[in-house]
Amino acid sequence: MNQLTPKERMKIPRHSMIEQDPAERSRNFSEVNLGYTPELAIEEAQRCLQCPKPTCVAGCPVNIQIKDFITLIAEGDFIGAVKKIKEDNALPAICGRVCPQEEQCEEACVVGKRGEPVAIGYLERFVADYERESGKIDVPEVKVSNGKKVAIVGSGPAGLSCAKDLREKGYEVTVFEALHELGGVLVYGIPEFRLPKEIVRTEIDGLKRMGVKFETDAIIGRVFTVDELMEEEGYDAVFLGVGAGLPWFLGIEGENLNGVYSANEFLTRVNLMKAYQFPEYDSPILDCHNKNVAVFGGGNTAMDAVRTSLRLGAKNAYIVYRRSEKEMPARVEEIKHAKEEGVQFMLLTNPVRLIGDDEGWLKGMELIKMELGEPDESGRRRPIPIEGSNFTVDIDVAVIAIGNGPNPLVTQTTPEIETSRRGTIVVDPETMKTSKKGVFAGGDIVTGGATVILAMGAGRKAAAAIDHYLQNGAW
Amino acid sequence: MFKIIEARFLAENIKLFEIEAPRIAKKRKAGQFVIVRIHEHGERIPLTIADSDVEKGTITIIVQGVGKTTRELNLKKKGDIILDVVGPLGQPSHIENFGTAVSIGGGVGTAIAYPTAVALKQAGNYVITINGARNKDLVILEEEMKAVSDEAYITTDDGSYGYHGFVTDKLQELIDQGKKIDFVLAIGPIPMMKAVADVTRPYGIKTVVSLNPIMVDGTGMCGGCRVLIDGKAQFACVDGPEFDAHKVDFKNLADRNKMYHKYEQEALKHFEEKCKLTEKINTLEQAE
Ligand SMILES: Cc1cc2nc3c(=O)[nH]c(=O)nc-3n(C[C@H](O)[C@H](O)[C@H](O)COP(=O)(O)OP(=O)(O)OC[C@H]3O[C@@H](n4cnc5c(N)ncnc54)[C@H](O)[C@@H]3O)c2cc1C
Ligand SMILES: Cc1cc2nc3c(=O)[nH]c(=O)nc-3n(C[C@H](O)[C@H](O)[C@H](O)COP(=O)(O)OP(=O)(O)OC[C@H]3O[C@@H](n4cnc5c(N)ncnc54)[C@H](O)[C@@H]3O)c2cc1C
Ligand code: SF4
Ligand code: SF4
Ligand code: FES
Repeated sequence: MNQLTPKERMKIPRHSMIEQDPAERSRNFSEVNLGYTPELAIEEAQRCLQCPKPTCVAGCPVNIQIKDFITLIAEGDFIGAVKKIKEDNALPAICGRVCPQEEQCEEACVVGKRGEPVAIGYLERFVADYERESGKIDVPEVKVSNGKKVAIVGSGPAGLSCAKDLREKGYEVTVFEALHELGGVLVYGIPEFRLPKEIVRTEIDGLKRMGVKFETDAIIGRVFTVDELMEEEGYDAVFLGVGAGLPWFLGIEGENLNGVYSANEFLTRVNLMKAYQFPEYDSPILDCHNKNVAVFGGGNTAMDAVRTSLRLGAKNAYIVYRRSEKEMPARVEEIKHAKEEGVQFMLLTNPVRLIGDDEGWLKGMELIKMELGEPDESGRRRPIPIEGSNFTVDIDVAVIAIGNGPNPLVTQTTPEIETSRRGTIVVDPETMKTSKKGVFAGGDIVTGGATVILAMGAGRKAAAAIDHYLQNGAW
Repeated sequence: MFKIIEARFLAENIKLFEIEAPRIAKKRKAGQFVIVRIHEHGERIPLTIADSDVEKGTITIIVQGVGKTTRELNLKKKGDIILDVVGPLGQPSHIENFGTAVSIGGGVGTAIAYPTAVALKQAGNYVITINGARNKDLVILEEEMKAVSDEAYITTDDGSYGYHGFVTDKLQELIDQGKKIDFVLAIGPIPMMKAVADVTRPYGIKTVVSLNPIMVDGTGMCGGCRVLIDGKAQFACVDGPEFDAHKVDFKNLADRNKMYHKYEQEALKHFEEKCKLTEKINTLEQAE
């Protein structure tokens, strides 16, 4: 590969993802992206300029050695490449699929300054899949037990990555999860067509083989408080990775009508409870066949919900978002996929009220047009309603996807843990220590709804700090 | 995996289960519930913890077979396994010495009211219990209720046992007799809870109901269990399930509980057909 000059490398066009046809995929739950072939992966890897000072690495929240793993791919050493990634990222098959690359590693890639950046995410995904499909996943070596016990609360990306690192270092690790399945948002929120559950399961099986213990159906704050974990159950430290799972509603008229869901409920019924396979599975979801479905919001959750409604048979699937497309927080790829699949975008539009019939069923929505004013604290231009621009649209199902707040189950029962005004847990950003001795926290419960990679990074940071704390005892 | 230690019918279609769940047994308080999933394809359904035994490490649930999941559960026997049992969920009942407390149970609501009646008694209240059933055969927990009550009444809709009439008729009678009532707890079908709220409202008697919206996770994550209290949405699984009866929007709750009616019927039909088929196969096998 050293024969190629930088100029030649720059000439290779970015290889697009092989995808299921939009018309077909919008009616099934199989994964949309089908992945690179080995040949495509090698060619894509050749687009990397091997920068002496790779800017891409700084763009990745966990600083994956991107240049090095791409070099290994270009040399055809896929297993070597995935090992290189795993030095910094425990869940490459997942991050390669769901990271907002365009704002992170790929945004920082120099090739992107003149054309399209190297497809770092696709390459990451490719080698992780290659390893999994080859059946040659190495179980990381685990140090001999040091006899110390750590409790991890929550099995989302923050908890899983913290568990892995601590187990490698020889700790006895138990993960407590409230639901009957492990994986957090990765299993109950993000749909199968974007992240097959099989992949999450494989990652968790790996942790089990390393000796991490898992307890499902175990709600901390209910079966054990944090204090009881440490005082009665013998845990030397606790990591809280409980996520931000409390759905926000709009607070408008009609939100309690039949047919109105939070995105969490809509997605949980479909993903976790497999309601799309009713009556083979017992949990139902409202039939969306030939129905009009509106989803309020512009993030990944909104895109997941609206695309799920298409797969449940919706005739018209709308996104109602109060700003313009530029401000949408969703990944660019999700917006593109949603458009290709036929989702209709009602931008600069906000719901005023939901309209129902006498029996309490949703029938329609009243909307108002918005325009963008001056930027607000978040730096995004503030949407302002245009008076008198109200109109109504008939809908049968509405999904509210405007975000989630922190769930107070743990903090309510452990008042010593300091929380912010918003209810998130306050930590030292370097060590993820909370205000309570021996207790650490990370992921969405600290940041509010963020990303998988940030949650993972926080889990790893906490693992390092927990190790430090338990080795020298100083708080 | 949770083992069933004991299982017996209390009345037609109403079954009591004692389940091995030591952690929940240790922690549960009156008014709290568990969420149960019977098998891999199963729905998550909430059931009140009727009793517990910390020494034995068991909890008791009492289940009325109304649809697919509860009927399937009621086929389970001693020694069988329930895949998931999670809890204790919800806020415990608010218990204090109110003075005279009336606990009203309708149907299987009697089982849900039972632990709170016990707690009210322990707190020093003069406890009156009124438990209603459609007919004599459906009366449950009669002895248990008597044991915790200073006065115990049973009402049946058809008059086949106890007082002939509804629980609200009996409650109104007590009020009319001049009994000073300080607190009412009412648990049962939505129309019954609404009727109790309507009876006590003019007298300003503090009245609490335990609401039964459709739930999924039981941890505050889905918002499916939201109920309107004083016009504001609250999550019954974490803020409740008990609420001030005079502030509840019962119509909204009744409407919302019908959301999956069509699907529930379909699921039940499938299930009954499957049961019939199994029965047929069993008889054929026996004949051979
Ligand atoms: C629909 C949807 C789509 C998304 N899409 C993307 C995307 O494309 N890319 C991206 O980067 N991010 C995405 N996100 C955000 C991302 O999933 C989260 O930022 C990430 O999962 C947070 O990880 P976490 O480990 O902090 O918490 P979570 O994943 O929320 O996991 C927390 C876990 O803790 C459990 N728990 C909570 N309380 C308790 C308790 N008291 N006891 C025991 N267990 C408890 C919960 O049940 C849950 O399983 C999406 C989020 C949603 C909802
Ligand atoms: C906090 C709480 C405590 C309860 N305690 C008891 C109890 O101790 N004993 C008992 O017999 N019943 C109890 N219930 C009711 C019980 O959960 C329902 O009867 C059961 O879910 C019905 O499921 P099914 O599949 O058998 O019937 P379906 O045919 O599916 O439904 C029958 C009716 O039950 C309700 N329902 C359906 N699915 C759910 C669900 N996932 N969650 C809640 N309600 C649902 C609906 O109103 C529906 O119309 C309780 C409910 C709540 C909310
Ligand atoms: S983890 Fe995410 S940000 Fe980092 S290299 Fe991979 S895709 Fe890019
Ligand atoms: S910045 Fe882009 S071209 Fe440079 S090393 Fe990173 S991926 Fe390769
Ligand atoms: S059951 Fe999901 S929030 Fe209450």
